[in-house]
Order: sequence, then structure tokens, then C-alpha cells
Amino acid sequence: MALKTEDSGSPAAIARKHGSRIVAIWFILSLITDLVVWFVWGPHMPPGTMTTSAAGQQFDFKVLTVMSVPVLYMVWVYGAYVIVKFRDRGDHEDGYYMKGNRKTQALWYAVTAVLVLTLAGFGTYELVIPAGAGVGEGPSPIWKPADTTHMLQVQVIAQQWRFTYRWPQFGGMETTSLVLPVNTEIQFNVTSLDVIHDFWAYQLGVKADANPEVNNVAYTKTQQTGRFVVRCDELCGIWHGAMYNYGKVVSQSAFYQWATSMETQNAPLTKLLPKYSSVYVPNDNVAGGQYFNG
Amino acid sequence: MAIDMSQSTGVGQSGGAGGSTAVRWFARGNIVSATILGAGGWFFGHWWGNVIAGHYASVQNSGTNDVSWLLGAIFATVAWFIGLGALNHPIAKLWGGEAPMPEKKDKYSLWEYFSYSTDHKVVGIQYLFAMLLYFFVGGLLALGIRTELLSPTYHIWGPDTYIEIVGEHGTMMMMMMTSVIMGPFGNFLIPLMIGSKRMAFPRLEAVSFWFTVPAFFFLLSALWQGGFQSGWTGYAPLSIQGGVGQDAYLFSFSLMAMSMLAASTNMVATIINFRAPGMRWSRLSILTWGMITTAFTMILSVPVLIDGLYVMGMDRAAQTSMLYGQHGGSPFLWENLFWFFGHPEVYLLALPGFAMTTEILPVFARKPIFAFKTSVAGMIGVATLSFFVWQHHLFASGMNPDMRPLFMLSTELISIPTGFLYLVGMGTVWRGRLRFNVPMLFMLAVFFNFLWGGITGVYNSDVPVDALVHGSFFVMAHFHFTIMGQLMFAVFGAIYYYTPLLFGIKLSEKLGKIHFWTMFVFFNSTFLPLFIVGWLGQPRRVFEYAARLQTLNQWVSISAYGLGLSLAFFVVTFIWQLVVTRPKSEPNPWDSRGLEWQVGIPVPKDNFERIPVILSSPYEYGNPNAGPMADLTPSISSVGSDV
Repeated sequence: MALKTEDSGSPAAIARKHGSRIVAIWFILSLITDLVVWFVWGPHMPPGTMTTSAAGQQFDFKVLTVMSVPVLYMVWVYGAYVIVKFRDRGDHEDGYYMKGNRKTQALWYAVTAVLVLTLAGFGTYELVIPAGAGVGEGPSPIWKPADTTHMLQVQVIAQQWRFTYRWPQFGGMETTSLVLPVNTEIQFNVTSLDVIHDFWAYQLGVKADANPEVNNVAYTKTQQTGRFVVRCDELCGIWHGAMYNYGKVVSQSAFYQWATSMETQNAPLTKLLPKYSSVYVPNDNVAGGQYFNG
Repeated sequence: MAIDMSQSTGVGQSGGAGGSTAVRWFARGNIVSATILGAGGWFFGHWWGNVIAGHYASVQNSGTNDVSWLLGAIFATVAWFIGLGALNHPIAKLWGGEAPMPEKKDKYSLWEYFSYSTDHKVVGIQYLFAMLLYFFVGGLLALGIRTELLSPTYHIWGPDTYIEIVGEHGTMMMMMMTSVIMGPFGNFLIPLMIGSKRMAFPRLEAVSFWFTVPAFFFLLSALWQGGFQSGWTGYAPLSIQGGVGQDAYLFSFSLMAMSMLAASTNMVATIINFRAPGMRWSRLSILTWGMITTAFTMILSVPVLIDGLYVMGMDRAAQTSMLYGQHGGSPFLWENLFWFFGHPEVYLLALPGFAMTTEILPVFARKPIFAFKTSVAGMIGVATLSFFVWQHHLFASGMNPDMRPLFMLSTELISIPTGFLYLVGMGTVWRGRLRFNVPMLFMLAVFFNFLWGGITGVYNSDVPVDALVHGSFFVMAHFHFTIMGQLMFAVFGAIYYYTPLLFGIKLSEKLGKIHFWTMFVFFNSTFLPLFIVGWLGQPRRVFEYAARLQTLNQWVSISAYGLGLSLAFFVVTFIWQLVVTRPKSEPNPWDSRGLEWQVGIPVPKDNFERIPVILSSPYEYGNPNAGPMADLTPSISSVGSDV
């Protein structure tokens, strides 16, 4: 009964009364939370800023979170308000008879459409401009970095259950660890020798499936030194969970020193490897599973 | 109109079966002869497979013969159906007779629930218990996963067992739960909701259920045959590499696909053709709309899955090379075929959940559904768009990078029709008189849970952010919120809501609330931290993870045990009330206007004495001028009187 006296007036007036309260609570909560997300939490969001693509992912995650907060609050505040205000008061009466509201529906369609199209536009921009955002782009990438002249080429070879790396600019040597120079544009050429794996260098913000007989190219640019972890991110069999290793980003001189010493050290082994190639195809006709160049 | 107005529309008139009772019993088929024949079929197929293919090398690394396994499974399934009596009718028809089939009854013995029944109410109950069984088995496997993840290194299961459990859990849930609403509630309720005495194709209905049983057992059998390493996604060439457990995966998935095709064809035919007079499309209940949308989505997507599984079976057994390189195949083929089915599939799970939620919400809000047409458009929109988004699972695959903006757009567009469903839900509770019975609590939880799943879906669809979260626990948490948090909450709410109709009992509100609150709290406590875990870099399906993530993982595992206990509490209290206490229900305990509630409890054997004439929408709550939804005892003159 209490509700009835409280809710006298035209439907529009009642809607305005409750609606204005809901909007006020929603607005204040969203604003506060969004400020906290952007300024306090945002700078610490994974995966950090070790490379341009990692920083890009962090930024995008932050933007999406700032956009999500008002949506979450809209449903929560509305829901809580409705649950408190519009409950059955024990008289088992029916609710207000209403089968729709043209204005509300139109507003809803418009707002969601604008929001979604904005997000798709934002996502596309953030994908195309930073040269594929660190995601594998297949054998012939269409979004490339502006400056490709001083690019370091790293081939990632995945197999059950380990990663190795080949360096065409250092005599085609193969290493088991990944060391990268800072402030350098890097091109990862990811491939596999057996099943589908995925090269996920978490702190580098790089992710590319390693497909057998396919080269999958991903770009990034290092901007800080530090350690990073590489994990396989596509189920590849029993030891998938143990398929990870660590790498580091070091100064350019330290990298050059490491690479040249590895090249010399590995020279006798490099001779035995198949010639450097974008993909390697297993040769079933040779005992012991040799590979020839695809 | 294809409506039989006569009194005895019971399917399968008892035919002229001669002979003794025992002969008739066997002739009708039953689960005992089905099991015996099925076992015989297995041994025959297995033997034959070894005869024709035993001499050539089996698939690499497997050490077993896929041909004999698959032939064994095929013969076992065919023999199983013969034993059930599924072929009695067609064979008898060929001989110019009628097959002996059970008549519809008011009350069935327990044994008859284990038979090849063509009564839609029996099939509904069969499906309900079977789906709950499959769900709880999958749930136990999930607890196995969480137990392993208590520690960052492997300690309980070896890596091989762990990956078997992960694959079993995923496949069990993703494959069997496609029917968790259409099976029990669709079959039981749709004829009641549209004013029909039966489903259009009762035999198709029976076959759809009995496919799920061998599918379940074949899938489980993988556990003692080395399992399958490929997870439910079955990516080639990994799936070509595996042992016979992989055959179990592809075969049981195919059986479930057959089941889905049978059920959905039946559903479409029934809803289009068997509506009572006056049941316009605008008066159709929203669950019926959900069922027909889901059924169409199934019919269009499931054949692609069958095709993919067939190709996988050929690659494994007949040494073709379609899904891996070397001789001209490509692993991308499987990825495309699988996800072209797989993405519509997740909406096969989500849509019925939403339909059920929207169905039950107005009863407890005491208001009509807000923007009914928008709600229908939302479901159709989601179903349609679901065919245009599959490559968002493959953003990192290296396939078609130039198509990524398109798939990002189409995926994000799905938020619009999904948003409709929120608009409808939020509009429906506006100025309602909400009654917080147990089903209502579950429906409100659906909106809370799915919000997390929906919002994080936008993260996944954004390619740069997907580069971070793809293949991680973030994605895993996302789809558990959309499926478990949405679909399964809707299912449990529906069980509380419909038990009066299904079993004539009303489950205790008090016990139901204990179940609801524990399930709700533990569910969120299990899956919310997993977003963080994935965001911090833990990939899916791993048994080893970074030591810094141990606290979060332990929190999740302990919450998962709580969730398991909550579900165990449901099982115990449900069975206790069903079997022992049987708290009697009034005929329409929730004051629903829905046609399904007007026929009385228990539902009469032919549902309606006469085909009713539908007079208004089922959701006219709060309308002072609303008459009843239907005239249940119409005279000829009342047909068309509603205009």
C-alpha cells in the first residue's frame, strides 16, 4: 500500500522520479570508479610496457575497462534499485501494466549501436596503426612497421614441447634462449615442426600461433630492458603445460656481444641444420625425422 | 492445419502384436536387449575392422587400429538402436503392418522411463535426468582439474591424465549441454505451450534422446583408452596424432550431433505446424521462440560439425590427409569447420538460457514481457550473427589477417542483440511487484552473471586485447560466465519452477534458497578470480603455472569445491523431495498465465482434452481486462472469436 501512495502521478512523472535517482547514483559511482581505473589502476595493468605492442594492449585494456564500468554500474544500480523498490509488498498484486516504451527502446538501440561501432572503430585503429598489435599476421603481413630497414629477424620454431629460435642475420644459428636488444623493431617469424602451438611472449605483448608449414609473422618494438616469459598458448599435447621458457631484453651492445659469441660457438652445429627457411617440412622418408626446407 | 482434433492422438496405436507377453516385450525393444545387442555389435565391428585393416600401419604413435575401433562403435550404435526397438516401426511398415508401440498413459512405471518412449513428457523427463547426470559427471571432472591446480607443479595427476580430464570435461559440457534446455524443457513444455497433444515427430524425439546415451558412454570410454589430448576443440594435427581416445571423441561428438539434428528438426516442425488455433506468432511464449531460433541455428550449424568430424575420422582411420600438411591438407580446414559450428554452438547454449529467463521473469515480476518483439529480434539477431563471427577464435592463427577488422566488427555487433535481452529484462522488472521465490533468484542471477560474461566478451573481440587474453584463463572465465553462469543458472531456476508440472511436487523454498545462495556465491568466487589469473598470464589447459599465481589458484580451487558441495546439496535435496517427502504442489503454484500451467497436475496423458483456442498472450500480468490465455474446452463457435 505504501508504494501506491508514493507512486501516484503519471507514468512519466514516476519514471522521472525513480529514473533521476538511478541516474544520479550511477553517474557518481561510474565517475569515481573510472577515475580510479584510469589514473590509479591503469598504469599497473598487465602486460606492462616492455614493448610497444605490450603498451598498446595495456592502453586498450584500460580504455575498454573505462567503458565497461558504466555499463556494469548501469545494470547493478538499476537492479539493486528495482529489487529494493519494486518488490511484492505481501499483497500479491500485479505490477504496472506496460508492454514497452518507444522512447526507452529507441534510446537503448541508439546508444548500444553507437557504443559498439565506436569500439569496433577503436579496435581497428589500434590493430592497424601499431602494425598488427603484436598478433600473428600470417605469412604475408599487411600491416607493417614504418621502418623495416633495421629490423631484427627472429624465427620462433615450436615443436612438442619446446621453443627454439633461429637468427638469419647471425648466420642462421639456432639457440634455445631468446635474448633481444632494447629499442629495436623485431620481426618474429613463428612456425611449427609438428602440431599447432602458440608463441605467447607475455611481457612483450606478442602472440602468434605456430602452425606447421606456415610462417606467422608478428611485429613489436622493444622499449625497456627486463625479463619475460614465453609460454605455449595453444593446446599441443601432454606436456603443453610445461612448454615455456624465459627470455630477456638487454642493451643493444650486450645483445650484439651475446649474438656474435653464440654465432661463433654454434657455428659447427649450424652447419648441420637445414638451410634457414620460413618453414620446415618433415621428411618421412628419412629415419630419425629429418626436416627439409619447405 | 496439421492438427489432429480427435481424442486419441496418442502416438503409436497399439498394433496387432501377436504372441506371448514376453515376445511382445522383446519385440518392443528395451534397454536390456539394447545393451546386449550393442555389446555384440561392438565385438562384431571390432573383429571386422581388424580383418579388413589389421594389417596396415595404424595412425602414427597410436599403436592401435582406428578402423576396428570406429567400426566397432558404429555397429554397437546400430545394434543398440535395434535393441531399443527403434527399427521396429520402419521394418513393420515395410511388411505392411504396424509396429507394436506403447500407448500414452497417465502414469508410467519407472521401467518405462528406460524405454524407447515416444511420449513427449516421458522423453522430457528422460532428458532431464540424463542431462543432469552428464552435467554432474562433467562437474566432477572440473573438480579434478581444480585439484591439480592447487599446486603450480604437477602433484595429483600426471600430465597425461590431467590433459585427459581437461578434454573430457570440456567435451562433456560443450557437447552434451547443447540439449540441456531443449531436451528436457523443450520436449516436455513446447507441446503444452503451443496447445498440441504431441510433438510432430515422436520417433525423432525418441531417437534424439537415445543418441545421447551412447554418446555419453563412448565419450567416457576415452578415459580408459588413453583419453584424447586435443581438448574439446580437437585441433589437427594433434587430433590426428592421438590414440583411440580421439576416435571416442569424434564418434561421440558425431552421435550428439545426430541427436541435435533430430531434436531440432522435430522442434521446428512442431512449432510451425502444431500450434493451436489462435496461437499467433505474437502470442507464442518466449521459450517457444527461443526453441525455434535455437533449432534453426542447430540445423544450419551442426552438419558442418559432422562434416569436420567425418574428415577427422577419415584422416585417422583411412589414412587420408585432409587436416594436416604433407600431402596437401591443412590444419586450417579443421579450425574453420570446427569454429563455423563452434561459434553458433555457444549460442545454442546461451539462447535457450535467455529464453528460459525471459519466460520465467514476467511471472515473478507480475508484468508483461517488456518489448516482446525486441526480445524475439534479439534472439534471432544473435542466432543470425553467430554465423559470421567464427574467425574471432583464430585472431592469432595467422589466417586472413585482413579479415580481422570485419570479424571484430561482426563480433561486437552481437552486443546489440544481446543488449536487447538486457533491455527486455530490465524493462520487465520496472515497476513490477517482484516475488523473490527460488526460480526468480536464479533468473536475477542470470543477469548478474551474464553481465560479466558479456562485458568480457567485448574484450575478447577486440583484437589487440585478444592478443593478451586469447587462450588464457581470461577467456575460460568468460565462457564459464556465459554458459555456467547463464545457462546452468537458468536450468536450475527452471527445475525449481517446473517441478510442479513435471513431478507434481513443489521443492522447498528454504532448501532452494540455501542451494541458490551457496551456488551463486561460490560460482562467482570461483570464476571472477580466473579473469585475473588469465590476465596475469596463465594459459588454459596447463598443469604448471607461475608460482606467483598460486594463491589465486588455490582460492579458486577451494571455491570450486564449495560450488561442488552446493550442487551436491541440490542433488541430495532434489532426490530426497522427489522420492521421499514429495511435497505436494497446487496446480498452478506461481499464478502463471502460461498455457502449460492450465492443464492441471499431473499433466493429462493427451495434454488437452480438446485442442484449445488461444485468446491472448501468456504475459498479460497486471492487465485488468485480460481474460484467460486460452479456452480449454472450446465449442466450434469459439474458434476465431478472439478477433
